[in-house]
Amino acid sequence: MLIRLAIASLLNRRATVILTLFTIALSVALLLGVEKLRQDAKASFANTISQTDLVVGARSGSIQLLLYSVFRIGNATSNISWDSYQHFANHPRVKWTVPLSLGDSHRGFRVLGTSRDYFQYYRYGRGQPLTFEQGQRFEDLYDAVIGADVARELGYTLGQSMIVAHGLVDIGNSGHKDKPFRVVGILARTGTPVDRTVHVSLAGIEAMHIDWQAGVPIPGRSISAEQARQMDLEPRAITAFMVGLTSKISAFQVQRQINEYRREPMQAILPGVALQELWDLMSVAEQALRAVSILVVVAGLAGMLSTILNTLAERRREMAILRSVGARPLQIFTLFTLEAGLYGLFGTLLGYLVYSLSLLAAADWLLESYGLNLQLGPPGSLEWIILGAVTFAATLVGMIPAYVAYRNTLADGLSVRI
Amino acid sequence: MASMDAALSHTVELSGLRYGWQPDNPLLEIEQLQVARGERLFIYGPSGSGKSTLLSLLGGLISPQQGRIQILGQAMTELGASARDRFRADHLGFVFQQFNLIPYLDPLDNITLALSFSRLRRQQLGDESPRQAAQRLLSALELDPDQVAGQPARQLSIGQQQRVAVARALIGKPELIIADEPTSSLDADSQARFLSLLFEQCQSQNSTLVFVSHDLRLADRFDRTLSLTDINRAADSQSSKAIAC
Repeated sequence: MLIRLAIASLLNRRATVILTLFTIALSVALLLGVEKLRQDAKASFANTISQTDLVVGARSGSIQLLLYSVFRIGNATSNISWDSYQHFANHPRVKWTVPLSLGDSHRGFRVLGTSRDYFQYYRYGRGQPLTFEQGQRFEDLYDAVIGADVARELGYTLGQSMIVAHGLVDIGNSGHKDKPFRVVGILARTGTPVDRTVHVSLAGIEAMHIDWQAGVPIPGRSISAEQARQMDLEPRAITAFMVGLTSKISAFQVQRQINEYRREPMQAILPGVALQELWDLMSVAEQALRAVSILVVVAGLAGMLSTILNTLAERRREMAILRSVGARPLQIFTLFTLEAGLYGLFGTLLGYLVYSLSLLAAADWLLESYGLNLQLGPPGSLEWIILGAVTFAATLVGMIPAYVAYRNTLADGLSVRI
Repeated sequence: MASMDAALSHTVELSGLRYGWQPDNPLLEIEQLQVARGERLFIYGPSGSGKSTLLSLLGGLISPQQGRIQILGQAMTELGASARDRFRADHLGFVFQQFNLIPYLDPLDNITLALSFSRLRRQQLGDESPRQAAQRLLSALELDPDQVAGQPARQLSIGQQQRVAVARALIGKPELIIADEPTSSLDADSQARFLSLLFEQCQSQNSTLVFVSHDLRLADRFDRTLSLTDINRAADSQSSKAIAC
């Protein structure tokens, strides 16, 4: 009965009720959106690399090493020698290694020199391997395999010829123009930095730099692409390498051996641990974002509170009528609390609708512009928790006008003097 | 045995009643007041006579500092606040001067509202459904239920609203109907017709009627007339105070 009365009363004040519902709905949609982004960002972050036991580079910070080797952000301070790499590649507990050589770029995308093992051992998400959308691994010295974003943004297809720039800024004249590469494979989308990488062989990287020294071409010395093929293209140094062990249990042991390697200062990190450290670094911003969106919900509920408080005066007569037919003051209290709870419930449901529709509408655009792959799933525990929490908070806030109405009705009795 | 009979034959019995917001400044002081079962009592109550206070006391919304209020043999003064609310829902029907109805509910919902707080009054309907009972009462009060059905109460004329209010007071056969100036916003012809219908319905379901008004012209149609200014000694002292000032 009380709930029917509460609904009838709300319907009677449609215009303000709808505005208030939208205030709550928009705040809830924002909260849902932020939480979704947070969760997906964290998931895609943690999914960047998997089944790699160690990442090894020159000694620096573990987060820096993770950033340049896995996320391809920033630069290595120094390289590690090919000999040191070979030393650990042949370690009895090491099952596989994948060398990584960074430093060049192509039109804003990083160029990674690696071995063909990269396509076999690199895993992301829950252990998914890289797959080819088109084409295959690089075979020839001047073959390149590009990530999904590279192909999409540059409009490249198989057979496309590309010139790699020296360094990370493509300023036109510093390119390895004499040794163009050819796209032989396009990888399927992974949602990781692989999508934004151009992969070539280590020998390819060497060939490009064979007539360069200290970052500039050696004057008067030019070696053509074909001449380079005849030369020794074994690299002298690489930037980092990934390691898979025969047994995960030995990870700490091998890590210590690498860290204590006497011939060269090197560092090995456990990617999972470093990822967690990096995420913790960002958690301040993440928490601030969450706090702001919770505050917006609080503002929405404050709007509801003022809306209900505004109706109290004009509804005193209604309350007196209800009292005259036998309503107890506690039922008047319940009526107002119910009303606020209904605001919360329907506001949240409407908010979920707004959020879902916006996500559907913006999903393509987010993917195109920011590479964010947000999928609308069925409501999960997050959505249910928010629905419950907002409805509960609204009910709690509703107790303020409910208490005022309760006090009024005790003082007014049957006669209301306004 | 004699007191039992008295309790059964009287719907309302007040004695030694004293009420005031501040205990040393009583608004209402009534030595004795009895209303017989089935009686139609007119109480003359101009403003300032303590009328609202008396009605709130009878309805059990407030409790006196002194004295005893007995309705249908039940001492209201011995009940807690929420038991008095339940008692009011079960046994009393109120009609006010105006603003009787929830403005956004239609007449039938307004009438059946009185049943939603009282199981006893729902049971009194017998085989009739709440809506049927409401429609029957509206027809008896000369208001076509089909004509007003579905209209929010605020769209009805004052005369129509007062009939809906009476139907709400009557539904489920409460023993005591308390009417507070229900006719003062009606014109003279409507007043007479309204009173006749009210009497008719009270009689047919054997309800006692306490009718408070400042309009003495209506008084001669009632079984008995009392002046609140006469029986309320507090009102005397207050008006004499007012004169002294």
